[in-house]
Amino acid sequence: MMDTRKDAQQRGFCNASAVIGRRCAALLWAALLAVLVPAPLLAADVAPAQASYPPVLAGKALSFPHDLGAHPDYRTEWWYITGWLHDAAGEERGFQLTFFRVRTLIGEDNPSRFAPSQLILAHAAVADPATGRLRHAERAARAYPELAEAATGTTQVGVGGWSLRTDGGAPDSDRAPYRTHIDAQDFAFDLVFEPGRAPLLNGREGFSQKAPDPINASYYYSRPQLRTAGTLRLDGERFAVKGHAWLDHEWSSEILPAAASGWDWIGINLHDGGSLMLFQMRDAEGRAMWAAGTLGDKAGKARKFAADEVRFEPLRHWTSPRTGVRYPVEWRLHLADGRTLQLRPLLDDQELDSRSSTGAVYWEGAVRLFEAQADGGEREIGQGYLEMTGYAERLNM
Amino acid sequence: MSATLHRLFLASLLRRRLATALSLFAIALGVALGLAVQLIHSAAIDEFGRGMRLIAGEADLQLVGARDGFDEAIYPVLAARAEVAEASPVLVIQARLPGREDALEIHGVDLFRLARVQPMLLPRAAAAADAADTRFAALQPDNIFLSDEARAHLSESQQLESGEFAAPALRGGELVLQSGVRSFALRVAGEVPAASASLAVMDIAGAQQHFDRIGVLSRIDLKLAAGVSAQMARQSLATLLPPGLSLRVPEAAASELSTLSRAYRVNLTMLAAIALLTGGFLVFSTQLLSVVRRRREFALLRALGMERRQLLRGLLAEGAAVGLAGGLLGVALGHGLAAAAFKFVGGDLGAGFFRGTQPQLQFDAMLVVGYLLLGIAAGVIGTWLPAREASRVAPARALKAGEGEYAGLPQVRGGWRPGVGLLVIAGLACILPPLNDIPIGGYGAVALTLAAAVLLLPTIARGVLPVLRRGRALSWRLAHARLSATPGQAVVAGAGVVASVALAAAMAIMVSSFRVSVDDWLAQVLPADLYVRASVSSGSGYLDGDALARIAAVPGVATVDTTRQVNLRISDEEPLFTVLARPVRGNWGLPLIAGSSERPARVNAADAAGEIDADLPPAWISEATADRRQIGVGDRLTLPLGGQLRHFIVAGIWRDYARQHGAALIESADYVALTGDQRINDAAISLAPGSDAATVAAALRADFGAEHLSIALPGEIRALSLQIFDRTFLITYLMEAVTVMIGLFGIATTFAALATTREGEFGMLRHLGFTRADIGRLIAIEGALTASLGVIAGLLAGAAIAWILIEIVNRQSFHWSMDLAVPWGALALFASSLIVLAALVARLAGARAMQRSAALAVKADW
Repeated sequence: MMDTRKDAQQRGFCNASAVIGRRCAALLWAALLAVLVPAPLLAADVAPAQASYPPVLAGKALSFPHDLGAHPDYRTEWWYITGWLHDAAGEERGFQLTFFRVRTLIGEDNPSRFAPSQLILAHAAVADPATGRLRHAERAARAYPELAEAATGTTQVGVGGWSLRTDGGAPDSDRAPYRTHIDAQDFAFDLVFEPGRAPLLNGREGFSQKAPDPINASYYYSRPQLRTAGTLRLDGERFAVKGHAWLDHEWSSEILPAAASGWDWIGINLHDGGSLMLFQMRDAEGRAMWAAGTLGDKAGKARKFAADEVRFEPLRHWTSPRTGVRYPVEWRLHLADGRTLQLRPLLDDQELDSRSSTGAVYWEGAVRLFEAQADGGEREIGQGYLEMTGYAERLNM
Repeated sequence: MSATLHRLFLASLLRRRLATALSLFAIALGVALGLAVQLIHSAAIDEFGRGMRLIAGEADLQLVGARDGFDEAIYPVLAARAEVAEASPVLVIQARLPGREDALEIHGVDLFRLARVQPMLLPRAAAAADAADTRFAALQPDNIFLSDEARAHLSESQQLESGEFAAPALRGGELVLQSGVRSFALRVAGEVPAASASLAVMDIAGAQQHFDRIGVLSRIDLKLAAGVSAQMARQSLATLLPPGLSLRVPEAAASELSTLSRAYRVNLTMLAAIALLTGGFLVFSTQLLSVVRRRREFALLRALGMERRQLLRGLLAEGAAVGLAGGLLGVALGHGLAAAAFKFVGGDLGAGFFRGTQPQLQFDAMLVVGYLLLGIAAGVIGTWLPAREASRVAPARALKAGEGEYAGLPQVRGGWRPGVGLLVIAGLACILPPLNDIPIGGYGAVALTLAAAVLLLPTIARGVLPVLRRGRALSWRLAHARLSATPGQAVVAGAGVVASVALAAAMAIMVSSFRVSVDDWLAQVLPADLYVRASVSSGSGYLDGDALARIAAVPGVATVDTTRQVNLRISDEEPLFTVLARPVRGNWGLPLIAGSSERPARVNAADAAGEIDADLPPAWISEATADRRQIGVGDRLTLPLGGQLRHFIVAGIWRDYARQHGAALIESADYVALTGDQRINDAAISLAPGSDAATVAAALRADFGAEHLSIALPGEIRALSLQIFDRTFLITYLMEAVTVMIGLFGIATTFAALATTREGEFGMLRHLGFTRADIGRLIAIEGALTASLGVIAGLLAGAAIAWILIEIVNRQSFHWSMDLAVPWGALALFASSLIVLAALVARLAGARAMQRSAALAVKADW
C-alpha cells in the first residue's frame, strides 16, 4: 500500500503530462525528474503554453526535406518507428524505437554547452513471442554537441550511442532511407528503412487536431510501408531480419487537453500496400473525447476520418501479472466507410513496466488487423502497432 | 614456576613502586604517542575515503586534473568511447559564503548522467507551490539542493576569528553565495537525501554560468562498459588525454593524500619511537640497579637449585610485565589523545592535510595488539642485558659478603672507540638518499648519534671531571670522587639525560631555525603594504581586470601587483604542483637562493629533445621542485598548462615553506598568454606616501562590500602564519616535554636505587660526623654532576642531531632549507634548570636512604 500513492502520483504525471505527447514514453525521463517530485503535476500540465513556444496552427504547409529535421522552437517532438520483423526461420517479432526532443525553456541564455534547453530522450523495445514479454531500454540526456543532438533540416537524432538518421546519396530527397542503431543490454538492432514514397500528411495537410479545442494540435506526418532490413540481436544471438515499418514524426507545443486521461493509437501497414492510422483521446471516465484517422492507399492518396467517423470498441482485456493493470488488448474498430475491423496482439504481454527506473507503465505492442468477411469469417489485412496509455491509473492494489 | 615467578620476581616490582611506575609510565607515553598518531591518521584517511566513495559512487575511473578544473573538450571524447558505459561530468565549486569564513562544496552535476554513476548525489526536489518549477527543478540554474549536514551547518550563524558572528548563509529558503567579488542568491529547492556529507548539488550548466566556469569541468567520473577493466581502460584512454589530466581509480584519491602527508606522519612516528626507546632505556636502568641490589638474593636462589634459565626467565617476565602494563596504559592514553585531538585540532595532526574532515575514532584491534607488543618488547629488551648478567654470576662469589654493590654495573672499558665508530656510521648514513621521500638515512643517523653520545658519556666524564676537581666543600669533593671512581653510575643515571637533552636541544635548535627562517621568509615574501584576496586559491571568489581597476582607483593606492595561483596535476606521482603567476619584482617578494630575477644568461641544453629554445619564458622554481626534478638554473621546466605541455627556462630557485610538493613561479603575462585565464587570487598593494593603510582598507571594503574581500596587513598575515606554524609544532613541543620528563625519571630511579644500596655508606658518613643535611647535599651534588655530564653530552649530540634534522631530514622530507638559528638563551636556561631539577630529584629520591638511623644502616651491611 505504501507505494500506491507514489505510483499513482507518477502515473498521474505520466497521463496528465501528455503535453509531451501521444507517447507516454516521452515522459520516461521527464518522469526521472518526477521521481524527485512528490506532488501531482496536473496544475503544471494544464497551464497555458508559454509565449516562447510557437503555437501549432492550421494552414502552415509542411516542406520536405526541411521538415524531416528537428523543430527546436516547439515544445515536444518525436520520431517514432514501429514495425514487424521476420528472420530466416520465419519467426515474427515486433520492434519499436522513439527519439524525443523536448524544449525546456531553461538556460536558453546560458553559454554553457550543458545548458539544458533541449533534452533528447530515446526509447526502444522488442516484442518477442518466445520471450513472452517486452525487452526495452531507454536513453536520456541534455542536448550536447556530438553526444545528444537533434539536427534541423534532415532527420538526424542521437543520444547515448543510439541514432536515427536519413541515409544515402540524396540527403535532400524526401525518399532517402533511414538508418538506425540501437544497442541495449539484452537486445540491439541495426536497421535500414526504405520509404519508397513521399511522406503522408495526417489531419489537415499535416495539422493534426487532438481535441475539440484546436489549440491541442500537432504537426504530424507518417511514413508507412517502410521496407525494412538489417540485423537484430537478442541477448547473444544475432538474426538477419526483414520486414516492414512505420515512422511518425510529430511536433507540437500544446498537444493534450486537460480533461484527457489517456489515448489509444494504431499505425497499421495494410497488406494491399495501404496504411491506416487511428487514434482516440479518452476522458477521465474512459469515453472518447476526440478521435481521428488517416487511411492511405498504395499510391499515397489519403482519406481522412473526422472525430465522429471513428469508434474504438474494446473486446478482450488482459491483466498484467506485474502491475495488475487491465488493458483492452483486442479491439473492434468501426469506421465511417462502413468497414468493421478487429485488432489482435502478437502477444498479450506487451506492457512496458519501467516502475523500477521511471515509474511509467503503459502498453505498446505489435498487433494484427483483421477484417470481417462476407462469409462470416475474417481475413488478416495488415500488421502494425497499438499504443494504449492511461490505464495504469485505475490500478487498485 | 608461576607461583615462584610471582613471589620472587613480579612481587619485586611492587616493592619498588616508584621505579616501576616511572618505567611503566615512560613506556605508556611512547606507546600512547605512537598509537595516537596512527589512530588519528587512519581515522582521517578513513573519513576522507568515505567522503570520496560517497562522491565517486559507482565510478570505476575518475578523470582528474588541475584543481581549478580543465577544458570540457575531453568530455564528449570520453563519453563516446566504447569502453565507457557512462561518463558523468562534475564541476566542483568551493563556494565562498560572503561574510563567512567557511565554504560550501557545490557539485555541479548532469542529472541525466548521475543516476548510473553517482546515485548518492541524486537531488530530490521539495514540493513547491508553483508546480511548474518542480518538474525540472534539478535543471533550473537557480536551484540548489543541500544535504542535511550542509543545511544544518548553513542555517547556523558562525563565529568568526574576530569574535563577531556571521549571519546564517541560508535564510528564507535562499542561499547567498559569492562568485568573483559579487554575491548572488540560489533557491534551495530540495535535498540530497543519500549524501551523508556537507555538500550541495546543482545543475552543471547553472554552476558553470553562475561561477563563471563556462567550458570547465573538475572531474569526469566514468562507469566502464561490461567486461572492461579499469586497467584496460586506463591504458586505452590514456592516449586521448591532454597533458595535465589523468585517470585514476577512485580509491587512489585517499592513497594520494596519504602519500602527501606521509613525510609529516613519519616524522611524528619517529618522535614516538624515540619516546618508546627512552622508555625502554628507563626499564634498562631500573632493572639494572634492581638486579644489582638483588644480586645476593639471586645467588642464594641459584644455590638453592634455581636454574640459570629460570632466573633469566623470571627477570624477563618482570620486564615484560612492566612493558605490558605500560602498553595497556599507553593504549588507553593513546585513544584518549586521539579523541582529544579530534575534538580540538581535527583530524589533520595540525598540518592541514585533512582540513575539513570530521573523523570518528575507531578501535583497531591489530593496531592495538601491535603497540602492546611494542610496549612489551621495550620492557623485555630493557631487561635483557641486566637479566643475562645476573644469570651468569657465579653464586658462590656473589654470596660472599662485602662483594661490591656495584659489581654488575656496566664496566666501562676502552671507552671512546665504539662511540666514535657509531658517529662515523652516522656520518655515512647522512649521505644515503631518501626512500619514498622518507629520509631513512637521516633518522638512522639521529639514532646512531644518540647511541654514540650515551656510549661516549664515560669518556666525556673522564674528560670533564678532572677539570671540576678544584672544589672546596667536602661534599663536593666526595661527590666528585665517587663519580670519578664509578663512571658506570654516570652512564646509567646520565644516559637518560643525554637522550632527552639531545632530543630536546635538537628540536629546539631545529624549530628555532625553522621559525626564524619562516619569519624572514614571510618578511621577504610580503613586502607590500596591503593584501587583498577574494577567497583561497580554489574558492569561488576571485578578482578580475575590472576589480583591479577599481582597486587601483582607490585614493592612496600607488601600485597593485597580482597573483594567480593554480594547482596542477602533473602525474600520478606528482598529484599536486602549484603554479604562481605573478611579477617577479614589485609588491611580491621572491626569496631567491639561486639564480636571479633576470633570465639566465647561460642555458643548459639538457633536454633530450635537443636544443633549448632561448626564447622560452622564464620560470622560478621552489626548492622542492629543484630537488624532486633534479633541475637547476638554466634547465628546462615543463608544465601542463591550458591542456598543453609548456616549456620554461629555470631562472632561479626560491625558498618556499608554503608548498612542500613543489611550486613554480611564472610571469603573469606569460601565464595569461598560455592559458587565457584572467583570474586573480590576490592583489598586493603598495600605498602612496602619506596614505594610511586603514583608510585604504576601509575604502576598499566600502567599494566591494566588506563581505566579499579579505584585506590583510602583512603584519597580520605574518602573525597568522606564525600562529599556524606554532600550532603545527605543538605536538613536537609535547614530545620534547615528554622526553625531558623521561630523562628526569632516569635520574630519579637511578638515585633512588643507588641510595638504597648505599645505606651503609651513608650510615658510615653519619658516624664520621655528616649531618643528614650534609648527606642530602652530597646526593644533590652527585645528581647535579651526573646531570651536568649528561647535559654536556646531550647538548653536543643535540647540536649534531639538529644539523641532521635541518640538513637531511627536513631537506629530504619537505625539500626546504633553513638558516641555522641557535636559541642560546633558551638552551642555557633549559640546561641549567635541568641540572637544578636533577639535583632536586636526586635529593628527593635519596631521602629514603637517609631516614634510617645511622647505627641501623651500618649494622645492616655487616
